[in-house]
Amino acid sequence: MLDLPTIWAGLLALAIFIYVILDGFDLGIGIVFPFLDTDGCRDVAMNSVAPVWDGNETWLVLGGGGLLAAFPLAYAIVLPALYAPFIVMILALVFRGVAFEFRWRDKAHEKIWDRSFFYGSLLATFSQGIVLGAFVQGIEVEGRSYAGGWWDWLTPFSIMCGVALTAGYALLGSTWLVMKSEGVLRNKAYAIAKPMAIATLVFMGIVSLWTPFLSPEIAERWFTFPQLLFVLPVPTLVCILAVILGWGIIKRKDNIPFLATIGIFLLCFAGLGIGISPYIVPRAVTIAEAAAPDKSLMFMLVGALILLPMILAYTAYSYWVFRGKVDPNAGYH
Amino acid sequence: MDPIVSDLAINLARAQFAFTVSFHIIFPAFSIGLASYLMVLEGLWLNTGKETYLRLFKYWRKIFAVAFGMGVVSGIVMAYQFGTNWSVFSDLAGPVIGPLMAYEVLTAFFLEAGFLGIMLFGMGRVSKRLHFIATIMVAFGTLLSATWILSVNSWMQTPAGFSINEAGQFIPEDWMEIIFNPSFPYRLVHMVLAAYLTTAFVVGAVGAWHLLKDKTNKDAQKMFSMAMWMAAIVAPLQIYAGDLHGINTLEHQPAKVMAMEGHFHSHDHGAPLYLFGIPDQENQELKYAIGIPKMSSLILKHNLNAPLAGLDTIPRGDQPPVAIVFWSFRIMVGIGTLMLIVGVTSLFLRWRRRLYDASLFHKFAFIMGPSGFVAVLAGWITTEVGRQPFTVYGLLRTDQSIAPVEAPAVAASLLAFIVVYFALFGAGTYYIIKMMKKTPGDLAKLPGTVTRAAGTTQAASLKPVASDPAK
Repeated sequence: MLDLPTIWAGLLALAIFIYVILDGFDLGIGIVFPFLDTDGCRDVAMNSVAPVWDGNETWLVLGGGGLLAAFPLAYAIVLPALYAPFIVMILALVFRGVAFEFRWRDKAHEKIWDRSFFYGSLLATFSQGIVLGAFVQGIEVEGRSYAGGWWDWLTPFSIMCGVALTAGYALLGSTWLVMKSEGVLRNKAYAIAKPMAIATLVFMGIVSLWTPFLSPEIAERWFTFPQLLFVLPVPTLVCILAVILGWGIIKRKDNIPFLATIGIFLLCFAGLGIGISPYIVPRAVTIAEAAAPDKSLMFMLVGALILLPMILAYTAYSYWVFRGKVDPNAGYH
Repeated sequence: MDPIVSDLAINLARAQFAFTVSFHIIFPAFSIGLASYLMVLEGLWLNTGKETYLRLFKYWRKIFAVAFGMGVVSGIVMAYQFGTNWSVFSDLAGPVIGPLMAYEVLTAFFLEAGFLGIMLFGMGRVSKRLHFIATIMVAFGTLLSATWILSVNSWMQTPAGFSINEAGQFIPEDWMEIIFNPSFPYRLVHMVLAAYLTTAFVVGAVGAWHLLKDKTNKDAQKMFSMAMWMAAIVAPLQIYAGDLHGINTLEHQPAKVMAMEGHFHSHDHGAPLYLFGIPDQENQELKYAIGIPKMSSLILKHNLNAPLAGLDTIPRGDQPPVAIVFWSFRIMVGIGTLMLIVGVTSLFLRWRRRLYDASLFHKFAFIMGPSGFVAVLAGWITTEVGRQPFTVYGLLRTDQSIAPVEAPAVAASLLAFIVVYFALFGAGTYYIIKMMKKTPGDLAKLPGTVTRAAGTTQAASLKPVASDPAK
């Protein structure tokens, strides 16, 4: 049934997915930064995202703000439950965000800001993976608030998710660089993309196989007969895209690996959705229970339906202005 | 409310919010004004073709980029802190304030971020007209952002247009009443003018600094002159807007005004304006008070003998912390007065044709450079501490808004914020000051700090050489 809470759950899922892809590749560039230390590769790598990075992070603000607005109860439960990983994530984002400008302002301390960019990106990604894992494995709720302890989020499963997401973002970042660069940087990016592709697929497989064992409810959803027909295409398509990804990397088709990676992320995201809905706090609070009143949702929906297409249009325009390979010699200012 | 939340945890969470929001407001206060200034500079350049405007545009754009970046990352912190530390507030007020903040993201943040890239890196890649449009969009975005977030804050001060459901949640009834709640127009005007003044005094101080070194520097003259026009025009407007805002506050949040004025006692026949005093909330009196009789009634009621109620009409448990509000208000007003003096003096010097040849005045303008930030912080402390002990005024108490947090977790994160903010934003401020020490001509010539590769060869070759001294 397409009621307002469901529509908003869909829109929020879309915003989070766009965030994961867009900030995924620019966090990923931070993660692979240590391997780009010669021939001015770092300058080019950073410049390939400099004009768009803060637009990318705005999707995270929309995710947080949108959750507060559309599902205030879920926001009020999830954030205290995942207190530490969220705090680490936002602090890490500060470290990497400032590096974009500071790095160019202080050549003498460039290395410090390179490290700030690397560790910030790595920690932000790892925390996002932890958040994802802790969220999927479930949050203890009593009444209208979080009722668990301060370290509930820290489990082998959430750490595994952190590792998997780190590999995944590194793959997004390196395949983005493949697409946006030439010469030495492109070669390096290909060299990084190969192991990252393998790592991503392996860790993703582990997480996928592990998830059903977290709760019989998820297992039931994946492994009983009528549902099985519906969910089976997900892993099948992942396999097809994995082959395309590998082919793109080996044959050096510059645009293919990045697009294939986006496809793999999309499928994982869909799989996650199948495992979670109709809950917004897994197995504790449903989308309908957490939803803000229709008056709030309707008021926002009107704006979102007008504004989101505009945002997508001018964001696409901005990407188009900076399209193509980045030229390391094209100075600016 | 969860009874296990200790007073210590609440106070730590309050300290954390105060710290992170205070740091955050510094950047928007500067970037709102600077974005508009950049728009004016680019417009003047396109209109007149004078190189000085382009040099100034590029100069301040670099500074803007650093300040804006810090504003973005410190802003993400705010978007999540509502949930981590103030989850009960988020749950209860979310249906009303959440959509307003979502609109802020949708209309303003994306607009700023989407066009910022083109504004910073797009010259030569897009036409001059499109580039100018990008700059306008960034400026417009900063103003839209201010509009929404001030609507949210104003609603917390003067809530309207809602009902309360059985779970205790605020439910929207009339969005126009919510958005245009009683204190919103005043607060919005007061804050936008504050941002413009803050920027004007920073630009003025940088201009003054360079004039002190070389009073014939045309770029320095231009920015100093523009800044002083702003000071002369906006400072009196701001004092007028502040007065109206105060009268509005008296109507809707009388306890805040009582604390600002230090009025512990009610006055039936005209209340005095206290210039100095030591508020003693324990004994409910203003010690060592020095005041002008009946002046407060004149300002607030426009009538010398109008009665004004004091804090003796407010239960002790509902009073804001008086000393903080009393002093922060005086700091703000004091700085406002100094700003007015600068503005008026600049008009006089301009009339005498000595604006660029008055080193004592330049020194004064230089010292006044950071004054806007202090005034903005003092003003926000006045209004936010003055709203206590409530988050939603009169309806939701601060100690009932808190998340089920434990003191060690909040203390650890507070410490982390303090260390990280001082280190990183300290470095950012240092870089900004380093750039400001250069003249616009010098900054454009320095290769090491200015070369940014973000273009293709083809686009770079389209760039008119004459318009870019860096090439």
